Amino acid sequence: MISKWLIKENSYYDSVTLMIITKEIEARDDVENAVVVMGTDLNKDLLRNVGLLNDELNKTTANDLIIAVKMKDESKFEEIVAKVEELLNKKKSDGGEDYNPPTLDSAIKYMPDSNMVVISLPGAYAAAEAKKALENDKHVMLFSDNVTIEQERELKELAVSKGLLMMGPDCGTAMINQVPLCFCNKVEKGNIGIVGASGTGTQEIMVQIDRFGGGCSQVIGTGGRDLKKEIGGLMMTLGIQALAEDDNTDVIVLVSKPPALEIAEKVLQTLKKCGKKAVVDFIGGDDELVTKYGFIPAKSLEDAAYKAVALAKGQQAEEAPLFTESEEEIDKMAEEERKKFSPDQKYLRGLFSGGTLCDEALKLFTKEFGGIYSNIPLTPEYRLQDNKKSYKHTALDLGDDEFTVGRPHPMIDSYMRQQMIMKEAEDREVAVLLMDVVLGYGSNEDPAGSLADHIKLAKKNFADRGQHLCVVAYVCGTKKDPQNYEQQINKLKDAGAILMPSNAQAVRFAMKVVRGL
Amino acid sequence: MKVNELFKEELKVINMGLGSFANDLKSQDVAVIHVDWRPVAGGNKKMASLLSKLKGK
Repeated sequence: MISKWLIKENSYYDSVTLMIITKEIEARDDVENAVVVMGTDLNKDLLRNVGLLNDELNKTTANDLIIAVKMKDESKFEEIVAKVEELLNKKKSDGGEDYNPPTLDSAIKYMPDSNMVVISLPGAYAAAEAKKALENDKHVMLFSDNVTIEQERELKELAVSKGLLMMGPDCGTAMINQVPLCFCNKVEKGNIGIVGASGTGTQEIMVQIDRFGGGCSQVIGTGGRDLKKEIGGLMMTLGIQALAEDDNTDVIVLVSKPPALEIAEKVLQTLKKCGKKAVVDFIGGDDELVTKYGFIPAKSLEDAAYKAVALAKGQQAEEAPLFTESEEEIDKMAEEERKKFSPDQKYLRGLFSGGTLCDEALKLFTKEFGGIYSNIPLTPEYRLQDNKKSYKHTALDLGDDEFTVGRPHPMIDSYMRQQMIMKEAEDREVAVLLMDVVLGYGSNEDPAGSLADHIKLAKKNFADRGQHLCVVAYVCGTKKDPQNYEQQINKLKDAGAILMPSNAQAVRFAMKVVRGL
Repeated sequence: MKVNELFKEELKVINMGLGSFANDLKSQDVAVIHVDWRPVAGGNKKMASLLSKLKGK
């Protein structure tokens, strides 16, 4: 193997663009390893790990593009570099011929009436740009993570003092004035406003509201740490106050992981003052507290949507049925699957791209089965020893840091999930594979298509050894999303998956199939 | 509150970072301008911090 490299000084490209290009180059037969990255410290570690770092590359800066390749035939390097450049140029021209100012200041001068700054820069630079945006009276959506909690506090205090939105850091989902931002589904317009501290949790509630015939006015993201003591729910409080004053919002939905008691009380007091009807989903949290303040707790993300839609139509908020189909029909479907298993098939394996969807699965499963192993376990004793090796009943959040080092999130790139499907297919004890497929802006343009072949292959592996694999899938999306919803459903059905209409129902169905095995 | 003014305005976005977020907005005819951002002082944090102090003066 021969290592070749090239440095292009002062050529900045974003990490997702470079990860996609790296993957394309690595797929070539004549390449063993390819790394196309900016010269940051983290990326130098990555180069070191694959034996591609040298003194020259070590001297590069975060503004220098590195193309480093380990290959069989040195003469192919020029061809590879040409291919990288072609892909980079293609990415640039995808953006059109518009003027791209070099700094935030110049962008503000160019579009002085801009009102929202969306920031997805590397964490080390993101907070400074967010602060600059707020100082210029712009609302901010900060997608980046790796922003310290002290910086978050400072940014949010500044935003609150000015009455501005400071959504994030690590905020993946928002919809302002019907415009989906970052990772977000396209839903019907309506009178339900959401303030969410969990990305895919918010997406699931939006999608389910749309499915139940309701619609959303505004969806405000806060970032996952907003309800921690250090931040004290600054953005959730501001979000509630904004929705309280908004004439187009009649019902408010809050969604977050269970906050500390004092923060939960603070948020619920703010909600009480605003005088609007509300559904609160502190996922797996204290229902009594929510009821004490006169609000309606939710049993699942789907249930939060179901109740919110009822309230929005002026009806009583009844609990969502456990299944949309009759339970008799569901039992029959589960029994059909169970009949086909061999005696050694016992376990559920959940492969999730959405963190909150995985968390919801863990909570629903634990209630009935006592526990489930995971890389994001509910209790320490259910932490997997090796996150890439499932054990008994397991559900994985493939969007968690360990799975996303050096590659895009599984909602963008299905590679990791494809690998994990095939890994589970080697295990004779697996009975059910459970998966979410999240549509919407930001997500892969054909997520179902990118998984279908692997689902078929996994099912074939089981069939070849006289076993049966049950695949349960849920498509978190609407007919208005840029991916074709019906086509996405059909691709999974054609691959042999059983489709359920919500994450909670998919989990419940999977539990019916594995119960008592 | 400024947020409520925002709810009544047309959303106009400045995007910094992933180009795909700007393209998604453009595809929905939302006014968006993408910043051709690069690290200040070539990613040299010490230099960047010095520059920002100078700018603040």
